[in-house]
Amino acid sequence: MARIELKNLAHSYHSKPKSEADYALQQMDHVWEDGQAYALLGPSGCGKTTLLNIISGLVKPSEGTVSFDGEDVSALLPQERNIAQVFQFPVIYDTMSVYDNLAFPLRNRGLAETDIRARVNEVAEMLELDDVLTRRAANLSADAKQKISLGRGLVRSDVAAILFDEPLTVIDPHLKLYLRRKLKQIHARFKLTMVYVTHDQLEALTFADKVVVMHAGQVVQIGTPQELFENPQHTFVGYFIGSPGMNILPCNMDKGLATISGSVIPVGAVHESLSGAHELGIRPEFLRLHAAAVAGTVKVTIRETEDLGSCQIARVKMGDHSLKVKLDEGDTVPTEEGYLEFPPKWIRIYADGKLVEPDRSLKSDVEIAQ
Amino acid sequence: MKKWEDNKAWFMVIPVFLVVAVSAILPLMTVVNYSIQDIFGPDNRVFVGLEWYQEVLSDTRLHDALKRQLLFSSLVLLIEIPLGVLIAMLMPKRGWGASLSLVLVALPLLIPWNVIGTIWIIFTRPDIGLFGAAINALGVPFDHTAAPFDAWVTVLLMEVWHWTPLVVLLAYAGLQAIPEAYFQAARIDGASTWATFRYIQLPKMRGVLTIAVLLRFMDSFLIYAEPFVLTGGGPGNSTTFLSIYLVKLAVGQFDLGPAAAFSMIYFLIVLLFCWLFYQALLKVGTGDKS
Repeated sequence: MARIELKNLAHSYHSKPKSEADYALQQMDHVWEDGQAYALLGPSGCGKTTLLNIISGLVKPSEGTVSFDGEDVSALLPQERNIAQVFQFPVIYDTMSVYDNLAFPLRNRGLAETDIRARVNEVAEMLELDDVLTRRAANLSADAKQKISLGRGLVRSDVAAILFDEPLTVIDPHLKLYLRRKLKQIHARFKLTMVYVTHDQLEALTFADKVVVMHAGQVVQIGTPQELFENPQHTFVGYFIGSPGMNILPCNMDKGLATISGSVIPVGAVHESLSGAHELGIRPEFLRLHAAAVAGTVKVTIRETEDLGSCQIARVKMGDHSLKVKLDEGDTVPTEEGYLEFPPKWIRIYADGKLVEPDRSLKSDVEIAQ
Repeated sequence: MKKWEDNKAWFMVIPVFLVVAVSAILPLMTVVNYSIQDIFGPDNRVFVGLEWYQEVLSDTRLHDALKRQLLFSSLVLLIEIPLGVLIAMLMPKRGWGASLSLVLVALPLLIPWNVIGTIWIIFTRPDIGLFGAAINALGVPFDHTAAPFDAWVTVLLMEVWHWTPLVVLLAYAGLQAIPEAYFQAARIDGASTWATFRYIQLPKMRGVLTIAVLLRFMDSFLIYAEPFVLTGGGPGNSTTFLSIYLVKLAVGQFDLGPAAAFSMIYFLIVLLFCWLFYQALLKVGTGDKS
């Protein structure tokens, strides 16, 4: 177990990168604290796997260093780094039994056969593989095979961290839940540093203490699931996390008032020297839809309503912009026309995609008028 | 009713059945005909039962040819399969080097059999051949036209040179099909180069190597052109393999009856060995340890 530190790290698959676009990973500094479970979340192609492979040593970064507990391991090969990695598709050694598969990483490191037996039996019991230990690994089902892959990661007691690269892709949905719970239990029991790569937000939010969101080769936010939901630091986090994602609307800012397609919306706070083109973000969960006009609401046309069983999603049109509103299952949704309320507490303002913190010392015109 | 409906599908197979019948089964039946009759002319033939088979089976020259053949085919497999795998492992995996090495390796496969024979006759000649002259210059007498052992080795070299590339191509395709994650996992697991080969590459090549073993066995067991071009089966009978002997029997001595019986036995031997290899390779490395 170790604290993993990335310094000035950047990577390009081109031998001579010319512009930012040539980099799969933009320059970053990042620390993975000892014993934490992290999820690395982002869309396909955002650099998650590259980052993971750099930590494990499968990929040598073009710039920067990786250190475990303060020791620079950048020059070390994966087998010298003392790290475990589980891949997207189960990797098993076909000709070996399940026991030999699990023992393989330990035998390669020259452990005594008695120690190996103890470790393998412990891991097999943990993953409920003990009744198939003598079977050939090749003849097992996909999820048993992936359990073996997980087991080979867990069997080494001294690893600095275990890296998971979308390990549950090929697993049946109901087993996914079970295996994820298993991993959480293992984490709770052994306090291993775990990094779990996924593009599935549900998987990320349920697995991790902290979620690291990546977009276009950069880390855009690190936070607890709640922080990511309530306070997205970047418009990307806003619409990537949440289902449906955050409504992002281009707006014009002026003294605490946002103008969107001619409608003026008070944002509840003043952002110092903030004027001109920005974006306003609000989650569909926080919007309120009224049948009749209430003070501070904006008139919208309702395009359609989707009933998802546990909730309803209304698609509304405000000027040229479309928004989604999430309503409770029992709510009556007005047809054709409605009035949309933007609770100022949940409005976020973004400049160039990044969150702008409101200046609490300044009062908005609305607050002064009150 | 349902059963009849299902069985109607068999009618769909009739065209293929007819083609196979005309192209394979009918010629084979001709051989069967010749092997159980003594035929002097279209209207003059005598049924002889298994007489030709008995004669052929007790023919010591045939026994010698069969032993020679088995030794030859075994050596071919023992040399070509490991050598082919080794070359495939050493070839670059991607880039222009991969394309170039594939073209170079495949070259011998593009040359007609009889031309290969001619090339090697010249190559191994003790007077003007690069190989033959070089070996002789080193103090090792080598002459495939006079020494039986030298002729035998020359045929083996020819076969290895001509057909190892096929094994290389098959093994290379098998290696290329292994997902990168296996090699990454092996590195993480701290596997040595040998362990990676033993536990990942070799098991993953099982399918293509099965095909390679079957093809090389069948082909080498039926070898004809190379020894024919080189020495016509000599010196003595040293390179008289089964098909050389068969042709001597059928065309040289015009003993069509025994030749036909021999053909049948030959065919059954090849079939038997292919089945044995296939069964063995199908099972190796699978199945549970109880």
